[in-house]
Amino acid sequence: MNIDLHEKRIPIIKIGNFLIVSIQVDMHDKLAIQLQSQILEEIEKTGAKGVLIDISVLEMVDSFIGRMLSGMATMASIMDASVVIVGMQPAVAITLVELGLEMPGVDTALNMEKGMEMLEKRLKDDDYKLY
Amino acid sequence: MLQLTTDSNWTELGKYIIKTEHDIVQVRQLIRVHAKEMNMGIIDQTRVTTAVSELLRNMYNYGGGGEVLVETGVVDDKNALIITCADEGSGIEDLDLAMSDGYTSGMGMGYGLPGAKRLVDRFEIKSEKNIGTTVRVMKWR
Repeated sequence: MNIDLHEKRIPIIKIGNFLIVSIQVDMHDKLAIQLQSQILEEIEKTGAKGVLIDISVLEMVDSFIGRMLSGMATMASIMDASVVIVGMQPAVAITLVELGLEMPGVDTALNMEKGMEMLEKRLKDDDYKLY
Repeated sequence: MLQLTTDSNWTELGKYIIKTEHDIVQVRQLIRVHAKEMNMGIIDQTRVTTAVSELLRNMYNYGGGGEVLVETGVVDDKNALIITCADEGSGIEDLDLAMSDGYTSGMGMGYGLPGAKRLVDRFEIKSEKNIGTTVRVMKWR
């Protein structure tokens, strides 16, 4: 078997109306871009209304990954899906702010459970608006 | 622009080559290991790793890769982790502009150099047209 460890993909799991992505590796730039399009394709394919991205394992978010995450939130919202980033480590949050990177339009939650509640509430509010 | 601080009493901890995107990931992880070995706290480890990640990306995108030297030594009476990133790219024409917030050469989106500078205790840069760019950053311990 020929496995190229450099070409691993990050799995995307669908549960109900939501996609769950848990980033478990230190991503190089190409992998980050690949993940971005992978998630958008999955939104299109499944009609998911929300995406939870768990970054609790990430020890570092630099300007590239930060921009990838905020860009993805914007693109997903154009496709009628909300993105919530969960589990950012305190040191990562501090560094992001000092780096000067703002992430407009990116919603965050402390953990997966809170992020899920956030998305469910939003979905309910949207349904309410329709009637 | 200016001379880089040097001292023959510094100890070399490692020397790494940046050629591919995977090298960027690997070397920034090694920088964290060095920072940890110097007993830096988790926030400083993250700061220096993130700063170096920005520098390595610049090296890779604009300098066609390069060399990273990691040293430790005393600078201004402080114990420092010293990281020097050198490429042999085309050099930065206007350093003041490249160091200003929000500036981008088009390929990136800014923040790289000024952002990295904010995360370290000392930031030195030297760039010569068609010779290359060297950035030396230090984090006190």
